[in-house]
Amino acid sequence: MTYSEAARLALAEEMRRDPLVWALGQDLGPEGGVAGQYKGLLAEFGPERIVDTPISEATMLGSAVGAAAMGTRPVCELRYADFGICAADQLVNQAAKMRYMFGGQMRVPLVVRQSIGWKVGGAAQHAQSTEAWWAHTPGLVVVCPATPRDNRGLLKAAIRCDDPVVYMENKNLWAETGDVPDDEEVVPLGKASIAREGEDVTIVTWSRIVAVALEAAGALAGRGIEVEVIDLRTIWPWDRAAVERSLEKTGRLLVAHESVQAAGFGAEIAADMAERMHGKLRAPIRRIGGRRTPIPYSERLDEPSRVTPAQIVGIVEKMA
Amino acid sequence: MAMQAMPRSGSNDVARIFSLFETMHLIRAFEIAADRAWRDGFVRGSVHQYIGEEAIATAVCANLRRDDVLASYHRGHGHSIAKGTDPEGMMKELFGRRDGTSRGKGGSMHIADFSLGVMGANGVVGESATLACGAAKAFRLKGEDRIAVAFFGDGAINRGVTLEALNWAKIYRLPVLFVCEENEYAVTVRTATVTAGDGALARARAFGLHAVSIDGNDLLEVDRTAAELIPRVRAGEPCFIHARTYRLFGHVSFQPDTYRDPAEVESRKAFEPIRRTARWLLDQGFSQADLDGVEAAARERIAAAVRAAHEAPWPDEAALLADVQDLEMPA
Repeated sequence: MTYSEAARLALAEEMRRDPLVWALGQDLGPEGGVAGQYKGLLAEFGPERIVDTPISEATMLGSAVGAAAMGTRPVCELRYADFGICAADQLVNQAAKMRYMFGGQMRVPLVVRQSIGWKVGGAAQHAQSTEAWWAHTPGLVVVCPATPRDNRGLLKAAIRCDDPVVYMENKNLWAETGDVPDDEEVVPLGKASIAREGEDVTIVTWSRIVAVALEAAGALAGRGIEVEVIDLRTIWPWDRAAVERSLEKTGRLLVAHESVQAAGFGAEIAADMAERMHGKLRAPIRRIGGRRTPIPYSERLDEPSRVTPAQIVGIVEKMA
Repeated sequence: MAMQAMPRSGSNDVARIFSLFETMHLIRAFEIAADRAWRDGFVRGSVHQYIGEEAIATAVCANLRRDDVLASYHRGHGHSIAKGTDPEGMMKELFGRRDGTSRGKGGSMHIADFSLGVMGANGVVGESATLACGAAKAFRLKGEDRIAVAFFGDGAINRGVTLEALNWAKIYRLPVLFVCEENEYAVTVRTATVTAGDGALARARAFGLHAVSIDGNDLLEVDRTAAELIPRVRAGEPCFIHARTYRLFGHVSFQPDTYRDPAEVESRKAFEPIRRTARWLLDQGFSQADLDGVEAAARERIAAAVRAAHEAPWPDEAALLADVQDLEMPA
């Protein structure tokens, strides 16, 4: 099953289970979503629950917040993270704050889907990865699934969550295939998974860079370096315990992500582990992430702008 | 005069109007006390006075059912009181106390009372419009015939999100009543000087909404209009009320009202809703003593709320971390 099909399955299962789950966004019906992740749902659930909207991101999200406040469970599809910024006020000032600023008398059970990740020719406004923006906002849960199985199980958990979840699929993963269990697995939010076990160096990563790190780990194994790859899955709250357990073993940490390295979420993980695990560390913590540039268009600029297995291999070899 | 149960909405029944007059006085007494408490240093941050605009919230909310909801904005005290929120809980909120409507964590701009359908005041202009659209959508999904009211000021008509929401309500035929309280100023700037075209009413009509412009300081007119439009809204036709009014105080507690000609403010006092309704009630045979009694009762009730707020316990430190979200950093 593909990453896209897994997401479709998750939403369909949750909509069958709970009549108050519904989705809104652009092009959900005719197009079936930007990657087919809503395909066929309009026919099954009708236009009141699969709602095609005008290009009004602020009102898409603002009205989703209002509908969540009144007890429904909206899934708001914003297509690309770049357009999520058009609804930043509704996400940051409304969805994230209401439960707290109203003294806990209500909840905002809302899922905001906005895909991150590089896209062929996407350039500066269709290929950004903004998970750190939302992780910085108290009140939000931020999820970045890396596999079809997790995309099914985490989306189900996100829909069942009583707090607003920013759910960030990756455009480069839509067509990736993987096993998805037959039972209706719900993957818990806030728990990392160990994508590969190893003794020498820990790589903490998420989303598309999990595969990049695994490729690097394969190459490094041939050179006698065993890398443990932790797929964080949920960015906030992040699974600090899983990272600590791994560092107890390896004493070496590299954090890798596609989003801009400067002030990225890797900086938070690196700083937190430096504070807590100082005595256990055998090498300086390293980070790798996107350059602090807008995403360039020309194919000749792809390679130097992206996080690659070769770069990870180079860094890890110096750490081990 | 002995008060009976409130008669049918929208009628000029004197008992009903007398009752709404009481609500207006309660709002005004609250605002006067809030302003005083702010000056005395017991209330912090922004307090936006609704003084002079009380007829709109009072009469619109008098035509709502208890399970209908409203989304308010920064100038929100009047909407909460008119929907039935306990002024004592609100005053405790302004004082930052544990038993405030939002447990002391919201303050004036984040008073909410979901038990009565008050979806909250809001610090971001125009957001009430989108939230009300969403609430209305939820009612439809659940098969309920409740409606949502979005209150906002004239400043909000220059926010894109408000215009998006007007379009949204119309295309989905959502049961939303938009109420634009035009007090002529967007903070310190005259709205008309920064608004192209013919203003709020024209903009609402451009989206095909049934929209009316009324004297928002005329309690009876607001009451009649709300009574006429709300059944239409409940039947799935979003409507828009442009209620012309004037705020008698400045925009916000901490900002001196230096941008309006004092003669302009003075000239508007004769048209403010409490005076006008008082004149009408006197014409109906109430005595000045009856009306003075209403004001005194409102002031006493609010004075008691202020006393209670002074004595109310503060939040304990654990409140800082409560209600951010269910999931936090795993231990």
